[in-house]
Amino acid sequence: MSGTYLGLPSFPRAAAESTRDTQLRANLTHATHTIRDKRAVAIGELADWPQLRAAGAQVKDRTLRHLDHYLLQLEAAVTEAGGTVHWAADAEEANRIVARLVHATGESEVVKVKSMATQETGLNEALAAEGIAAYETDLAELIVQLGDDRPSHILVPAIHKNRTEIRDIFRTRMADWGRPAPEGLSDSPAELAEAARLHLREKFLRAKVGVSGANFMVAETGTMVVVESEGNGRMCLTLPETLISVVGIEKIVPTWRDLEIYLQTLPRSSTAERMNPYTSMWTGTSDGDGPKVFHLVLLDNGRTDTLADTVGRQALRCIRCSACLNVCPVYERAGGHAYGSPYPGPIGAILTPQLRGTDNELNASLPYASSLCGACYTVCPVAIDIPEVLVHLRERVVQGGPVTLRGTRTTIKPARGHAAERAAMRVGSWTLDHPAAWHTAQRLALRTRRLHPERAPGRTARAWTDSRELPALPEQSFRDWWRQRRKTRENGGDQ
Amino acid sequence: MRVALFVTCVNDLLYPDTGRAVVTLLERLGVEVDFPAAQTCCGQPQFNTGYRHATEPLVRRYATAFDGYDCVVTPSGSCAAMVRDNYPRIARRAADEGRGEELTEALAGAPRTYELTEFLVDVLEVTDVGAYFPHTVTYHPSCHGLRMLGLGDRPRRLLEAVGGLELRELAGAEECCGFGGTFAVKNPDVSAAMGRDKVRHALDSGARVLCGADNSCLMHLDGILRREDAPLTSVHLAEILASTEERPYRPKEREKVR
Amino acid sequence: MTDTSGSRAEILRRIRQALTDVPAEETPGDVPVARDYLRVHAPRSPRERTDLLAAHLTDYRAHVHRTEEAGLPGTVARLLAEHGTRRAVVPAGLPGAWLAEVSGVEVVSGGGGLTAGELDAVDSVITGCALAVAETGTIVLDAGPDQGQRRITLIPDHHICVVRAPEQVVDSVPQALPRLDPARPLTWISGPSATSDIELDRVEGVHGPRTLDVVIVTAQSSA
Repeated sequence: MSGTYLGLPSFPRAAAESTRDTQLRANLTHATHTIRDKRAVAIGELADWPQLRAAGAQVKDRTLRHLDHYLLQLEAAVTEAGGTVHWAADAEEANRIVARLVHATGESEVVKVKSMATQETGLNEALAAEGIAAYETDLAELIVQLGDDRPSHILVPAIHKNRTEIRDIFRTRMADWGRPAPEGLSDSPAELAEAARLHLREKFLRAKVGVSGANFMVAETGTMVVVESEGNGRMCLTLPETLISVVGIEKIVPTWRDLEIYLQTLPRSSTAERMNPYTSMWTGTSDGDGPKVFHLVLLDNGRTDTLADTVGRQALRCIRCSACLNVCPVYERAGGHAYGSPYPGPIGAILTPQLRGTDNELNASLPYASSLCGACYTVCPVAIDIPEVLVHLRERVVQGGPVTLRGTRTTIKPARGHAAERAAMRVGSWTLDHPAAWHTAQRLALRTRRLHPERAPGRTARAWTDSRELPALPEQSFRDWWRQRRKTRENGGDQ
Repeated sequence: MRVALFVTCVNDLLYPDTGRAVVTLLERLGVEVDFPAAQTCCGQPQFNTGYRHATEPLVRRYATAFDGYDCVVTPSGSCAAMVRDNYPRIARRAADEGRGEELTEALAGAPRTYELTEFLVDVLEVTDVGAYFPHTVTYHPSCHGLRMLGLGDRPRRLLEAVGGLELRELAGAEECCGFGGTFAVKNPDVSAAMGRDKVRHALDSGARVLCGADNSCLMHLDGILRREDAPLTSVHLAEILASTEERPYRPKEREKVR
Repeated sequence: MTDTSGSRAEILRRIRQALTDVPAEETPGDVPVARDYLRVHAPRSPRERTDLLAAHLTDYRAHVHRTEEAGLPGTVARLLAEHGTRRAVVPAGLPGAWLAEVSGVEVVSGGGGLTAGELDAVDSVITGCALAVAETGTIVLDAGPDQGQRRITLIPDHHICVVRAPEQVVDSVPQALPRLDPARPLTWISGPSATSDIELDRVEGVHGPRTLDVVIVTAQSSA
């Protein structure tokens, strides 16, 4: 497996393979069920959860509806506090800015806090091309980086690996990147964590440049917030001389007070804790404490296109808690890699096609990677109606319509490969809008039922019969039974 | 009260026994039911696959077909949720896209649509419907009934009041069975994996009957059960509630396709 | 430096174009936010609040010690001895009395001048805090005189943090934020460093201090 997302297969094809991987299935079932149950307990402690959830959604809606205002307010506050703000329209520009800032320090390596935004821009690969080594310091990101793998979960990028697989990666790969794994390393999580501690400490202690994302940016104060557990975040945010944070423009909250909502909902939804072990907040730079230089890179990369869609916009409320992944039955079986994006699971299925567009097979398949069961919406701490957006994006795929791409309004054509389905849907709708035709079609189907083959032909039918029997057909439709019954009754009989 | 049955296209063609059971049950409870022949399909397959525009005629048809009734009853949580949650959305989007207020107005005059267990518990205020069904049963709550309609414990309360019925807990009950309409054929591998897990839990419950309130989910699960020759029969909730000591449930007499 | 002002203007243009559905006269305050969630999740006496803090800290594997003012120096000395500490670092503004009974330990004051590598050779750090949050089991550091720079509570493997009860203990997150100054660097700590990255199961102890001793000090004969 390689670290890029180019040329990946569509979701159904990737999932066909991953659902058969019994080790992967076992790892995912164990992990997602563990966290699912804990989350329910953590949320049960707060009687006002529905109110917190609603307020969390409303604050984000307020932010999004006035995003230009809040970005300018944030920029002024960060600048006032000694930081420098950069604006990146797309991934390439963000990566270019970061590379330039690192070069300016004269350094050739950076330590990184786990960040979805830089995962999305492919920063590590871009820096490598510029001769800069980027070291991931979150335990799971380290596992992924050492294993030359791709992340498969927002919170726990190495969720697809179990402890034994992680031990094997540490044993074989740590030496290539620095301090080797201790002799006789076992697969106990405590020993694995200790190995990561030793391996990364030398990098933390010599690092001159740190790269991070942020969970929240407070517009009125210019404060950045990073929520984490291991302390690697604190290391990257406080020890280097230069700190560069790459953050999506939707990560703003208007006021300091607004944090009172998300600092309650995010940890409980994410790691199912009352509070995560470490939360760091900083505003610009401080004399004698932490980095002397702070750069904030504000990233668009498809977010404004998403904002332009009044139904799809709600995806930008996301606070990346990953609760939707942990309850999703499709994610649990297909695994995160099948989504072909740093954003897997239900939120990924609505975010990726909006950030990237629906013009390739993989992206166009993502809105269909859901049974619309609605479990994701139920657990979302900012009430994103994921099923609503999924259906909306399916429309974009098969019907086409007005969208904004890279800031330009345009009308897209229906995606290719749906022509037969579209024709069938049209015929179906016409038939169903003409009860007489529907009745005739029913009778035809039931009268010829003996002739229907055991395994129906055609790709769609095979997709059903490969794993399931077709329903047996009754002798008579309900409609005919009702009509017959009414006739009998009119003639004075009983049924 | 003028009550109309919306039998749904799946039941009309594939599961007429469920429709008959609703009629039998409601008439036993003193409710006169009508079946307006102008009804067809709620349009959920089209809508959920992305063909919103193709759904609009079916929204109009639904409103027209049930015009003049006091309420509509349907033995499908999924179709009830389609009508209640998505029809207003479709109408609003049609207006937004310049196709006028016609759908909104049509829906404004349409009667309220109830899923069967809602109608029994909320409207008729009955949980003991006088049914008799001497079997071990486990109940799968379908997603749309559970999460979109919020059916809660209504189906369970109805089942618990059935004479002779022994209800068995279903592990992971609230998890989707993997049907999901066209999901079942667009993502067949994930769909089947979900279905097999649901079937395994149902078998582990020790019940002989797998009960649901949505035949589309049962069609998918039953397809797996029969493929695996599993000792479990799927039966719609309405058919259990229609069953009495005098006129007990009879398994479907169907043309065996094989 | 290359000029990114072109992208600044472009992003702002895209945002304004994307928001044409928002009426021109709408202000941010017009978008409703119902703050009808609770400020506190249960009424508590000062004693109950402190007990809850202790319980929640313990729940996440912090070691909680309760003492009255007079017992604090002895507690600090005992915790250092139990940890086997030979070198400890303290912020410049730490009350000297807290260390009155410490012996056999080299204490470095105002450790911010130490390099990260030098701090790595320190066994323990002793600080006060800005406040503590009972409902979440959190202590908050704001780099005040008795807390020092963020790095000194990060690199040593053992952190002793003193919380004054009841005055430094608040019930909830909504009560904590107004008492904190966002202009200062803030670190919220809820138990020792931990990870859930292996099979989504929590394991304590990665990069931050693996042992967190919280000493809750109550004034004589008060809660």
